[in-house]
Amino acid sequence: MSSASAHVVIVGAGHAGGTVAALLRQYGHEGPITLLGEEPIPPYQRPPLSKAWLKGEADADSLALKPLEFYTENNIDFRPNAVATKLDRGAKTVTLADGSTVSYDILILATGARAISLPIEGKDLAGILFLRTAADAEALKAAVGPGKTLAVVGGGYIGLEVAASGRALGAEVVVIEREQRLLARVACEALSSFFQDRHVSHGVRFELGATVTGYLGRDGHVVGVRLDDGREIACDAVVVGVGAHPNEELAKDAGLECARGVVVDLDARSVTDPSIFAIGDVAHRPMPIYDRMFRMESVPNALEQAKQAASAIMGRPRPPGECPWQWSDQYDLKLQIAGYAFDVDEIVVRGEPASGKFAVFHLKGDQVQAVEAINSPPEFMMGKMLILNRKPVNKAKLADPSVSMKEVAA
Amino acid sequence: MAKITYVEHDGTRHEIDVKPGLTVMEGAVKNNIPGIDADCGGACACATCHVYVDEAWLSKTGEKSSMEESMLDFAESVQENSRLSCQIKVSDELDGLVVTMPESQH
Repeated sequence: MSSASAHVVIVGAGHAGGTVAALLRQYGHEGPITLLGEEPIPPYQRPPLSKAWLKGEADADSLALKPLEFYTENNIDFRPNAVATKLDRGAKTVTLADGSTVSYDILILATGARAISLPIEGKDLAGILFLRTAADAEALKAAVGPGKTLAVVGGGYIGLEVAASGRALGAEVVVIEREQRLLARVACEALSSFFQDRHVSHGVRFELGATVTGYLGRDGHVVGVRLDDGREIACDAVVVGVGAHPNEELAKDAGLECARGVVVDLDARSVTDPSIFAIGDVAHRPMPIYDRMFRMESVPNALEQAKQAASAIMGRPRPPGECPWQWSDQYDLKLQIAGYAFDVDEIVVRGEPASGKFAVFHLKGDQVQAVEAINSPPEFMMGKMLILNRKPVNKAKLADPSVSMKEVAA
Repeated sequence: MAKITYVEHDGTRHEIDVKPGLTVMEGAVKNNIPGIDADCGGACACATCHVYVDEAWLSKTGEKSSMEESMLDFAESVQENSRLSCQIKVSDELDGLVVTMPESQH
C-alpha cells in the first residue's frame, strides 16, 4: 500500500497527536486518519493551564488547537474517551479498553507523559492534585482563591507557575522543594535565586531542602502535609509537580525499543518497527546539535516531531535541524529558554538580575549550549541561532550588554 | 465576524471569517492555514506567527508592544509592516484585513 492511501492511526490526542493529524491533511494525505484520545475533549493547548487559563484569562474555546468541526470537515476520525490498551504489531492493530480493535497501516504513538505521584501516606485523599489535563486544571481552579492555602510540592517550572497563578487568585501559597534551591534540575544558581526572590516578593513561602513524607487528611480530604523534620503545614489543597513519566507501556509491551521513552530516529520513526512513529513527550529522540539522544517535555518538541513524522509519511524532505526551546510566564516575567545545558564548563550572565532583565548563557568552550533569557528576547533569539549553528562566541562581548546581540553573533 | 484574507508566500489566498476576540494568529491556526506556525500558542515567545500587514490596514491593527517589537527584530525577512499575528486582536473594525505570510517562520 502506498502511504498516500494508508490508514494512519494516532494514539494520543494531545498537542503532538492533534498537530500531526492536522499536518498530514495539510501536507495532502488522502487516506483515513484516526485520532484516539483518552480525554473527553479534542486536542488543546496545555501550557495555559498553569497560567492564563488558571487565572481566567483564556476560555476552553481558545485552548482548543482546532474547533471540533475541524476534525469532521477534514475527515479525521477523532475518538474521545478512547483508551488504547494493547498494540499487536504482527496484526497491526490497536486494542481499546472497550474491547474493540483499530487496524493501522501506519501508527503514531503520541501518548505523552503522566505526572509522577509520591507514594506516601494519604496519597489517595481528595484535594491532592496534579496538572496535566484540563480536568486537573478545573479541579485546581476550584481549589484556589482568597482564604485558601495551596501547598505546591516541587519547585520546578510547573510548581512555580502554579504558585504565581495561585497568588494572582488570592490564595496563600507554600512551595516545598526537596533540593536546597528552586529549579535545581534545570537552571543555574543565579536563576534559582532570582526566581525565589521574585516569588517571595509576591508573598510565596518556601520550604527548601524539605521532603513531604505524608499527607494529612480529615473526612477524606487533604488538610495538610507533613515534612521530614516532623513539621506539619496546613493547606486546603496540594499540587504535586515533581516530574513526569513517559506513557511508553503500550510500546514496551509490544517489543519496541524504549529507554524512558520510545527510541526513534531523526524522522521520529521507531528504530524497531518502520511502520510506527513516536512523537512528543513519549519519544526518546536524537538531537544532533548535542550529539546525543534524550526525551523532552515541551510544546516546541511536540510540534517539531509532528512535522518530522508527517514529513516522513508524506515523503517530504525532513524539516531542518532545530534548537529545542521552551518558555515560562510568571508574574511579569517572561522566561525563554533555548537549548539544554549539556557538558557546560562556564556560565556567562549578561545584564543585571536585579533589573529583571538578564540572560544566562551556558557555554562549552566557546560554544553556546543553552541560554535562559528573562524579559530578554534578543538574547533568546540570537542565543537560539548560536546554539543551532554552533558558532564560537567572544565571551567578553557576550558578557557586555552594551554590545548588541547582533554584534555578538556577527 | 470579520473576513480576513491570509495570503501564503506563494500567493495562495485563504478568505476566512474570524470571530472577533480571537487573534489573527488563532484565525489561521484554527482553520489549518499553512504558513503560520504559532509554536507558543500566542504567548509572544517565539515569533513563528510573523505576518506582513497590508499597508492600508497598518493603523487599524494597533501599536506593537515592546516585547513584540523586540521579538520581531530577530525574526527573518522583517519589513516595516511586519507584525506577530498573535498580538493582533480581531474586531469588526478589521473586517477585510489582508495579511501575507513570509517564506519561512524560522
